[in-house]
Amino acid sequence: MYRYLIRRLLWIVPVVLLISIITFVMMKLTPGGPFDTTAGGRELPKEIVEVLNRRYHLDEPNWKQYLIYMGLWPNTKEGEGKPCFLGIAGPRRCAGILQGDLGPSYQYKGRGVTEILFETPKGRPWWESRFGRTAQLGVFGFLFGALTGIPLGIVSALRHNTWADYLSLFGATIFVATPGFVLAIFLMIVFGLWLHWLPIAAKNWNTIQPWLLPTFALGVGLAAFTARLTRATMLEVLRQDYIRTARAKGLRDRLVMVRHALRNAMIPVATVLGPALAGLITGSFFIEHMFSFPGMGRLYVQAIAARDYSVILGTTLLYTFMIALANLTVDLIYAWLDPRISYS
Amino acid sequence: MAQQTTATAGSIKRATAVAPAEPLVSLRSAKPRSLWTDAWYRLTRNKMAVVGMVIVVFFWLVALLAPALAPYHFNSQNHSAVYRPPAWTSGDWRYILGTDGVGRDELSRLIWGARISMVVGLVPVSIHLLVGGLVGLIAGYRGGRTDNLLMRVVDIFYAFPGLLLIIIMSAAFRDTWLGRQMGGLLLMFTALAIVGWEGAARLVRGQVLSIKQKEYIEAARTIGASNFRIMVRHILPNILAPLLVSIAFGIPGAIFAEAGLSFIGLGIRPPTASWGNMIQDGFASIYSNPVLIVAPATCVGLVLLAFTFLGDGLRDALDPRMKQ
Repeated sequence: MYRYLIRRLLWIVPVVLLISIITFVMMKLTPGGPFDTTAGGRELPKEIVEVLNRRYHLDEPNWKQYLIYMGLWPNTKEGEGKPCFLGIAGPRRCAGILQGDLGPSYQYKGRGVTEILFETPKGRPWWESRFGRTAQLGVFGFLFGALTGIPLGIVSALRHNTWADYLSLFGATIFVATPGFVLAIFLMIVFGLWLHWLPIAAKNWNTIQPWLLPTFALGVGLAAFTARLTRATMLEVLRQDYIRTARAKGLRDRLVMVRHALRNAMIPVATVLGPALAGLITGSFFIEHMFSFPGMGRLYVQAIAARDYSVILGTTLLYTFMIALANLTVDLIYAWLDPRISYS
Repeated sequence: MAQQTTATAGSIKRATAVAPAEPLVSLRSAKPRSLWTDAWYRLTRNKMAVVGMVIVVFFWLVALLAPALAPYHFNSQNHSAVYRPPAWTSGDWRYILGTDGVGRDELSRLIWGARISMVVGLVPVSIHLLVGGLVGLIAGYRGGRTDNLLMRVVDIFYAFPGLLLIIIMSAAFRDTWLGRQMGGLLLMFTALAIVGWEGAARLVRGQVLSIKQKEYIEAARTIGASNFRIMVRHILPNILAPLLVSIAFGIPGAIFAEAGLSFIGLGIRPPTASWGNMIQDGFASIYSNPVLIVAPATCVGLVLLAFTFLGDGLRDALDPRMKQ
């Protein structure tokens, strides 16, 4: 078990490394540099572009730029020469991924990507950073999805072929197919424009109202999906012999449901919840963009438009890492839920 | 009398699966049916699936007949009729759904946009099946070291966050030669094709592993069939059913990706009309003229819903054991 855990953790390293290389190469293939034009669209003077390129090491050969970015090569001219490892090589200073520094942002002059992603307003808790906001939205959407989807699926299965079952199945089929951002459009028009109940583009995200629509739009697909899956697995489990045995020996219905049926039905559900959490975290770009949400996804979309390579790279890596962790967590939960599975 | 016999045969045809105790004589009068006829029969009895099929066929027709159906070209602009409201409010019937910010007819753009959405799923999903299918078939059939090597590659791709890769590719190649072809459609095909084939590979490999053990494969081998013949004639037809279901679920994924990418400004390049970039355009006027965003969003939602109905129906029809 521990060996499996370590192997899985190590597996994250090549994946993150590979995606960093792919992202880096692609960003280099993109025609046009980040300093081609100003924010207003004017051409910058050649001399200024040169100075900026030197400042951000864009005049170095590509392989060196990558090593600097990864924190394997000194980022100052003085430290030039030998590579450094983990930033511990004496006076030579490395500042890259390995040191937790995602590099400077080209778009927001003088600010680092790490700072942009993790900085919070003075004296505020960590979850008010861009990363924290996105994580918060992902967790809310996930909780909403799981906590409505699973009970609905159970009710559906227990009331098989009744109107309650048909209704929730029909609703689930509709919501499983509708993408979040399409749903968001309708939500914004109905609740924002017609009913004026909820704000559409909120400035203050410390109250509950602005969270309701994005959470619903993000989580309802998961709710529908888990409802369908829970219903299917519950029906499957309820037909098994051990359920009949449990009933035959006179156990109360409740106990049979909770202890025998539910626990077994949850195994396949648990396996999809992990990738689903990962999907919610990365899938929130569209929703964040729509609701002017102060999170990582909107930053990412803006960075792509502004060709802010370091923000794109850093955010991608952070996303990849989070997805890998989510997948690992689910594998562990899977093993814990189903003792028949052993990893070796 | 003759009529009565056919009627009985017809009803028995339907009842054979549940009533094996029927007399053999009337069974013989029923034509033998293949798995596919059976599946088609079950599919057309499924109301949701039929609704899905009708919607998909409808949008396919709209896409094919776009030049004839659309009242205007998707990029014909009328600068004296900007942001016209739809006909049923205060607009007029020349522009049934109104016009957008540069005076283009919304309905015409919607009709032309159907072409993008209906075609965007086909090419990538075909490539997924071709590449993933081939990799899965070879890995599953050969086994051993080949299997190990191929599946490690698949694992790496599987660990990649697909949507991120699509976004990065779309962003990086947007202003290159590739990104300008066919209004960005070619780049979209490429990005979608690279991500997602590993799912098909895993599916096919799993299927092949289980079918490989069957007696009829052994029988084919004993009469001297070549590996190629066994793969193509004996294994492939038997794994088609789950592949078909995976197509039905893969296409809406691609339609969703197109709409999402175009919505954040990365997909189909304007002025080409696609539902995704119409949503993006309409977002600017969501308060003043919501029909501009509601119309394409409804179309996207409807098509995705139709494919989901169809996919569910196909799955139930092709594998009755899975039906709940």
